[in-house]
Formats: sequence, C-alpha cells, structure tokens
Amino acid sequence: MEFIQFDHVSKSYDKQLVLDELDLYIKENTFVTLLGPSGCGKTTTLRLLGGFEKPDSGRIYLNGNDITALPANLRPINTVFQKYALFPHMTIEENIAFGLNIQKKSKEYINDKIKYALKLVNLDGFEKRSIDSLSGGQQQRIAIARAIVNEPKVLLLDEPLGALDLKLRQNMQYELMKIKQELGITFLYVTHDQEEALTMSDTIVVMNQGYIQQIGSPEDIYNEPENAFVADFIGESNIIEGIMIKDELVSFLGVQVPCVDKGFGTMKPVDVVIRPEDVELGYPGKGFMDGVITDCLFKGVHYELDVQCGEYEWLVHTTKYFEVGQKVSLNVIPFNIQIMNKPESEDEEVMKEDD
Amino acid sequence: MINRFRTSFLAAPYAVWVLICTILPLFYILGYALTNDAGGFTLSNLFAITDAVHLKSLWLSIEVAFVTTIICLIIAYPVALILHNLKISNKGFVVFLFILPMWMNFMLRILAWQIILSNNGILNSILSAIGLPTVHILYTKTAVTLGMVYDFLPYMILPIYNALSKINDQVVEAAADLGANWWTTFIKITVPLSKDGIISGIIMVFVPALSSFVVSNLLGGGKVLLIGNVIEQEFTLARNWNLGSGLSIILMIFVLLSMSIMNKVDESENGGMLV
Repeated sequence: MEFIQFDHVSKSYDKQLVLDELDLYIKENTFVTLLGPSGCGKTTTLRLLGGFEKPDSGRIYLNGNDITALPANLRPINTVFQKYALFPHMTIEENIAFGLNIQKKSKEYINDKIKYALKLVNLDGFEKRSIDSLSGGQQQRIAIARAIVNEPKVLLLDEPLGALDLKLRQNMQYELMKIKQELGITFLYVTHDQEEALTMSDTIVVMNQGYIQQIGSPEDIYNEPENAFVADFIGESNIIEGIMIKDELVSFLGVQVPCVDKGFGTMKPVDVVIRPEDVELGYPGKGFMDGVITDCLFKGVHYELDVQCGEYEWLVHTTKYFEVGQKVSLNVIPFNIQIMNKPESEDEEVMKEDD
Repeated sequence: MINRFRTSFLAAPYAVWVLICTILPLFYILGYALTNDAGGFTLSNLFAITDAVHLKSLWLSIEVAFVTTIICLIIAYPVALILHNLKISNKGFVVFLFILPMWMNFMLRILAWQIILSNNGILNSILSAIGLPTVHILYTKTAVTLGMVYDFLPYMILPIYNALSKINDQVVEAAADLGANWWTTFIKITVPLSKDGIISGIIMVFVPALSSFVVSNLLGGGKVLLIGNVIEQEFTLARNWNLGSGLSIILMIFVLLSMSIMNKVDESENGGMLV
C-alpha cells in the first residue's frame, strides 16, 4: 500500500458531483501538485485528506491506516491555507506555538521550535510582532512555520501563493522547494497555476471536473500530454483534428506529415498537439504548409505570432520578428508532433467540455 | 473650502437635531439638578443619592442589570453560535425571527408577562396541572429580571451573531488542523475573536437595564423600586424635577463609568477570557 491512498472516493455538494470514484496514490517524501481549473475537485481532494470534509463513499488511507473517519485535529497532517488563516488575536510566537501547546510540549522545546521555524522561513526575530504588522508574503511564511513545527507527516498547501505578486510568488516557489528538502516530508500542493506546478513538483496530478486527467512528472505532463485537456491546460498549444493514416504518418489541415507515434491503427481520427515554440517558420514553400502572419506581439523572451493557414490560425512563438502580412512556411520536426486519441468514453469526454 | 462648506451644510439638519433634542435637554437637566425650588444653586440634589432609600434603589438597579446581563450572555452566546453554524441557505430569516419580537409594542410584551406570571396566570395553571406547587413571582425581583432578560435578549444575540459571522471559517479550521478539539477551539479562538460582539452586547443590555423603569413598574408592581422608578416618580408624582434631575445625572455618571470600564476591558484584554 502506498503512503497516501484514495480508494474510490466520491464527494458531492448539493447533489453536484465534485469527485467521482477518485483513486490516487502518493508516495512518501514527494512534492505532489494537484493542478486544474477551478471546480475540478483539487481543493476538495486536499480538504478530504486534511479532514475538513468527509467523503460520501470510498476510503482514505495514510501510512496503511484508514483515516476516513478521523477528525482533522487527530490527523498527523497540517495545512497552509490559501488566505493564511493566522490567528489575528495572537502574536507570531503564539501562532506558531498553538499546535505545540496543545501537544503539551515543554517551554524550551517550543521556544527552540519557534526559533528553528522562523529561521527556516527567513523571519528570525519576528517572535513578538503582531500579525497586522506583516505583509502578505510574511503572513504566508508564518502560516508555513505554524504548520511545520508540528512535524506533520504530510503538509497540505491550498493555493498558498495565490494572493502574492509575481516576483514574490517566484521567490516563494524556491523557498518552498528548499523547505521541502530540509524537512523531507510529503507535500500535497493545490494550484491552478501551471507554472507553479511545473517548477516545484516531483509529480503533477492534472484534474478536471472531478476526474484525474493525467499523472506524471512535470516533463511528462508538458511534453507528452495524454489528452487535449492536459495539452491545452499546460502551456499553450495548437490542437488540431487529424487522421492517423498509418504508423508514423498523420494527416491534418489537408497535408500529410511524418511523426514518431505508432500503434494508433490506420485511418484513425486523432488530435494533433503542437506546442507554439516547436513550430519553425521559414521562406514560403520550404515547410509542410504556407501561411500569412496576421499578428505579432512582443512578449519579452519571444514574439507571439498568429499565422493564418487557410481555415486554421496557428499560434507560434519565435525569437525573430516577423511583419504582419509576411508570407511564411511552417515546419515541425516529427519528434515534436504529439498524437492523442480522441475521447471515446463519457469520462474522457468531460476532458474536452471544459475548454 | 467649498467642499468643506458643502459637507458641513449637509450635516446641518443633524446638528440642529442633536442641539435641540440632546444637548439642550442635557443642559436643562443639569440646570435643574444644580438648583433648588427657589432657583438658587445647590449640590443637594446630587448628594441626595446618599439617602438610604436612593442608595438601595441604585444598588438594586445595578444588581438587576448585572444579573440580567449575565443571563442574557449565557443564553445569547449559544443561540448566536447555533444560528451561525446553521447549515441552511435562509439564515437571514431565522435571525429575523429572533428580532421579530423587538418590533412588537414594548408595553404589550411586558403586559403579556404580567398575565403569564400572575398568581392565577398561565405559568401557575401549567404548574398545578402537572402537579407542581404554584409560585408567586409577580411583583418580585425575579419577575423584573425575567422581563428584562426577555426584552433585552435580542440586543445581546445580534452583536454576538455578527461578530461570529465575521470570523474567517479558515481560522477555525486552522485551529482544528493544528490539533485543537472543539472546546479548545471555542475557548482559544471563537470566544476571543467574538469579544467585540460580547462587549457591544453587554453595553447594549446593561445600560438600558440599569436605567429602565417600565419593566419594574409593570412586573415589580411598585414593590421593586429601581433607581429609574425613583427618578420617574420624582418627575411625575412628587413633581420634584430638581431632585429627579440630580438623580438622573448620577445615573448617567454610572452608565458612562460602566461603559468606560467595558472599553478598558476591550483594550487591555488581548485574547484573554472575558467576564
């Protein structure tokens, strides 16, 4: 049995099904991210593990023990809440000591822990300050400190960086990874921000409408999306309907293009996914199709282009500037063409509806 | 400048209202309090509070107001907590039901209690019907306290309910997450965070209870003389406006004193238990 195990867990609110027979396994000491749009069930999954919600059916196991009926205060799990949820009537020291006082730890132990935790989140010497005197980023660090002093087996993080500005968010991502390494415990992180997920996670669980769409390493999820929803949600993509003519040859937008995928059968309808940075632009006639630049936006690291090819408008990222109206050719090397089965079952259909 | 002129202009009706209905009467009361029949200056109306009869009434008022406030708090906090935790969509309606009695005529409600508590009233009929001895509580301190609790209870429930509603649910969840059981969460998180509501409730019950005279008139039947009754009688029966004003000023000082004590508690008690 895995460290954390969701076994056929279902949950609905007001007859609205949020999780449907969820099965999820999480290994010890990994950084796992639940990623998906709002309403996908990621927060509910986290709250079920934290003990703030009870599943309608199914069991949840931690370290081999059935914790489904265990109330939140008896679980060896701590949470960092989205809006920090610090106790406004206590000092920072009292906030951090809250859990340890309940465990009736000695004064010296608590003081040592507070010092250690504040050092870990880079806020040494803040013991006596009040919560009101802290910025959003500092409050979130205190929330992390308050959770980790209890030495939980699992740390749950519910979109903890959502309220912070971009620069701070990026810094905190690195700090969270550092803290994770230092503590050596399991992190379960919930976010809708794909960049956050790709940066920090060992494993990403992509969810949509109560179903798991794909589980894998950040590289797997980005490079080998299993379906159109994942491809669309993680980064930007050109998703085109096509037909797999035979192994290693796919037809879309009226052209036949070599690819590296096999085993789809012959003349099978598929979705073709091509990342915008994988499209190479050249002189007209040099690629598999020609098009006209209809838009060119400067994005800092790259230009974002729209290229009209007949009915379809491609999204392309390049580092070179192109004039609007310029004629170009498009080319993609076979390795960068990702072929995906069209959804067949109802479960899979859900994956596309949400676009 | 124009802006300032305009805003002060808009406040003018209110200022006139306060001047005519609050400040002017206050000065009149002060004037009466510091003069005698003949119009000469005297402090005897203020010192009249030291009369044994008046002291007894004042002490009785403080006692009744204090007991009323405590009982209201004991009833109101659980009620507010239950209201707050109700998992229904139409919470506003349930809260409205608690306020509804406040819209009925005050005298009517107290008269109803008079009928319920009288010797041959509903309460005693029920008691004798189930074989229990009847009680004689009408025209006692108990009846007056009961009437006040009934009257002032909504003023305690509402501020506490509001304070509870303002507590972030995640903060309560965080306490459970850190290992606190229901009771610990209640004592260490919920109560301290609803302290403002408790203090508002205490002031809103204690102050009117201290100066009330209608409840004690009807349910005390002239046997329970609160300081409010004494003042009322000085104005209406004895026609001694000077003495009535003097006692009013003293009562006002007590009200202000109790409010400032509560505010002190509010400032100094950071997170500790109240009462």
